[in-house]
Amino acid sequence: MGAQLRLLRRRISSVKSTAKITRAQELIASSRIVKAQQRMQAAVPYEQEITRAVSGVVSNTSSVDHPLTVEKEQPHSAGVLIVTSDSGFCGGFNANVLREAEALRGLLEERGIRAVPFVVGRKGVTWHTFRNREMGGRWEGFSRKPSYADAKTIADTLIESFKEENGIDEIHIVSTEFVSMLTQNVVVKRVLPLEVVESEAESDDVIPPYFEFEPNAAEVLDSLLPRYVESRIFSALLQSAASEEASRRRAMKSATDNANELIRVFTMQMNQARQAEITQEISEIVGGANALADAAAGKE
Amino acid sequence: MAKLRVGVVSPEREIWSGEADMVIAKTVDGEIGIMPGHAPVLGVLVEGGVLRVKRGGESDLVAAVHGGFISVANNDVSILAEAAELGSEVDVAAARDALQRAQSSIEAGQEDADIRLAAKRARARLRAAGEEV
Repeated sequence: MGAQLRLLRRRISSVKSTAKITRAQELIASSRIVKAQQRMQAAVPYEQEITRAVSGVVSNTSSVDHPLTVEKEQPHSAGVLIVTSDSGFCGGFNANVLREAEALRGLLEERGIRAVPFVVGRKGVTWHTFRNREMGGRWEGFSRKPSYADAKTIADTLIESFKEENGIDEIHIVSTEFVSMLTQNVVVKRVLPLEVVESEAESDDVIPPYFEFEPNAAEVLDSLLPRYVESRIFSALLQSAASEEASRRRAMKSATDNANELIRVFTMQMNQARQAEITQEISEIVGGANALADAAAGKE
Repeated sequence: MAKLRVGVVSPEREIWSGEADMVIAKTVDGEIGIMPGHAPVLGVLVEGGVLRVKRGGESDLVAAVHGGFISVANNDVSILAEAAELGSEVDVAAARDALQRAQSSIEAGQEDADIRLAAKRARARLRAAGEEV
């Protein structure tokens, strides 16, 4: 009996310290979501403006035949940018992204296209190295706080490979979209060849059909398109960072709740065991006393 | 007179937005001045340029703008800068330092595109802060 009591006490104290850690992680993640959301919102004006500019150019020039907009007739390989996190403790966040990436890979292979993964985040990189998958590129260390320079390095690698003769013919992004604190969805987007999608909120904003270009349309497009790709990647990174913190907060909250529930159950069991022990001791003492009294009575 | 609605944005944040009478920026073709009623334009900005926004009554808003675009449509002017800094936010000492370092390495003979770019940027930041370069 005493051994069981000690065991339960030890388990309770270990669960308590786990709960303390997960609770702290939960609080840290909550404060980080706010910051990540602010960064996400700060990037919105630029993204909107650049999307408007790109659609302005594309709708202006009747024949856009920039290397970045031309769709190949026989695409044979596609780059897939997979955005995961650097650290764990975030529930199914990375698993969801990787599952979606695998599905996309299957779809591409059905079309006879080889998928080349470009991976962001330590978790995704380990996932790929463990399976001996060859990666077109890998980046680690900034999943929580991506800067524009990070997006630029990624975009440069992707665009370079896209422009190469035997490089990739399409670029897709698999990342997590931050809808709200409670909802994050994994989304797959094609970035190149370009499909300019303007957000619906701006659809009444008609762009006049007589844009002038400085110095000329081709050159503007030349420098505009890479910026557009960068901005898309940057926004994917920011959304993924915010989603990572949100799903970490959720995972840590349920871990804390679980730990508290366990502590409750164990405390009850411990109290029962203690009570049983006391009862037994009392009955042993009473039994012993009775036996002594009986023995004394028999002597007389 | 109609006013221009101006927004200066960089990828990481919105730097400034407000109304103005005139915007002067430097594109790869040369300086461009935008006043209300200007025809729609999309221009590529130079690396290390200085943007000037004239506001009636108030002092001009000056910013160092590194690369990016200017787009004008319906009296909306947006400056999409890869990196930008308001003149009032420039750390003059740091910019001077950067310029000096770039210049000394140019004098030492190691002149490449990166160093020239650094010098250009530092000069633009100093000019935006109202310093003599």
